[in-house]
Amino acid sequence: MTLPTAHAEGLILCETCGLVCDPGREPHPHCPRCGTTLHARKVDSIRRTWALLIAAAILYVPANLLPVMSTYTLFNTSHDTIMSGIVYFWNTGSPDLAILIFAVSIFIPLAKILCMVLLLIAAQYGVDKGLRQRALMFRVIEFVGRWSMLDIFVITMTVGMVRFRSLATIDAGPGAAAFGAVVVLTMIAAHTFDPRLIWDRSEKKS
Amino acid sequence: MPKPLPALIACPHCDALYRRPTLGRGERARCARCGAPLYREAIKLDPDHLLALVIAASITLVIANLSPVVRLSASGITHSASLIGSIGVLWDEGRVLTAMLAFATTIAFPVAELGAFTALLILIRREPGSPHVAALLRGIQAVRPWGMTEVFMLGIVVALVKISHTAQVIPGVALFAFAALTILLTLIISYDLKALWALRPLPEAEP
Ligand SMILES: [Zn+2]
Ligand SMILES: [Zn+2]
Repeated sequence: MTLPTAHAEGLILCETCGLVCDPGREPHPHCPRCGTTLHARKVDSIRRTWALLIAAAILYVPANLLPVMSTYTLFNTSHDTIMSGIVYFWNTGSPDLAILIFAVSIFIPLAKILCMVLLLIAAQYGVDKGLRQRALMFRVIEFVGRWSMLDIFVITMTVGMVRFRSLATIDAGPGAAAFGAVVVLTMIAAHTFDPRLIWDRSEKKS
Repeated sequence: MPKPLPALIACPHCDALYRRPTLGRGERARCARCGAPLYREAIKLDPDHLLALVIAASITLVIANLSPVVRLSASGITHSASLIGSIGVLWDEGRVLTAMLAFATTIAFPVAELGAFTALLILIRREPGSPHVAALLRGIQAVRPWGMTEVFMLGIVVALVKISHTAQVIPGVALFAFAALTILLTLIISYDLKALWALRPLPEAEP
């Protein structure tokens, strides 16, 4: 089934307010309803998305290797990475929370980076198989990404709560900032990627 | 000036072009090509009811941010922790980036969204064509993905489970305020902003 597209009809969808516009011959058209500059596709989408994903992939390493929390008690000091925090939940009788944190902190960011890379490569080469599956994949990525921020909030509240003076205090570690950056970068990457590119080249081929 | 074609809709996910369907209450249109949800008949909530919801959420947000989430005691030492206080601790310990990220997603962006929404709903009744309406709507759309109250709510629960092994935990006012805020924000966000854009008058077609 071939459906007409806005682009093929010479029309542009305003990404801000959702109005379909006929830009006519204007070189730099603006949406008549909200004033946004109209672009048929997000500007420089592939390059920007690649840059953000590469940065996220690099930061994923320190995010997982550096401690995200340090615990100071009278007798000792211990440093926790994301993974050792998960193991702690597993060993203290909360396997459900261990699985939750593993899913949102380790699995989702990694899966998100890999899936976005796949989407980019497939879009660049105009792969015409699995179009609907890739479209669905992107919508899922877009939807679940924000939940990766969970660990940042757990760290924030744990640090705020465990303030028992000399008895025990918990401090955030440098891994937390790296991890937060990974989440933010992948969220921006999902935003700069234009899912219409999944379809564009496959169209031209057929 | 480009010509507006309000009778058409295009799928933001795959660019398929359709004639705007007339939908019944609660119905939603899906894109035949990519399967993305396209268009939903806006929940019939008039802007005044929405405004009441936004003001309720704003008050809840202030309470949630400033009052204690929990009181804790261990070995005779008792203290309470609030969101703003916890972010302050991160900041004082030199974890500036983490503190800023937590502040932005749990306080700054939700406050900005609710503030802009209040102004918008008051303004849009008097002057839907005003450029301020467009600026406010754009602002709300820009900050919305970065407000993470519902994720934070889950974060509190996880942190509490963790702490309850080592300290006694007494729930504070903000714990309930955050739960209420999560529900209120979910209701507010389910309102499709396209319905507010549609209230803006379109320029007359040039002859
Ligand atoms: Zn527009
Ligand atoms: Zn579509």
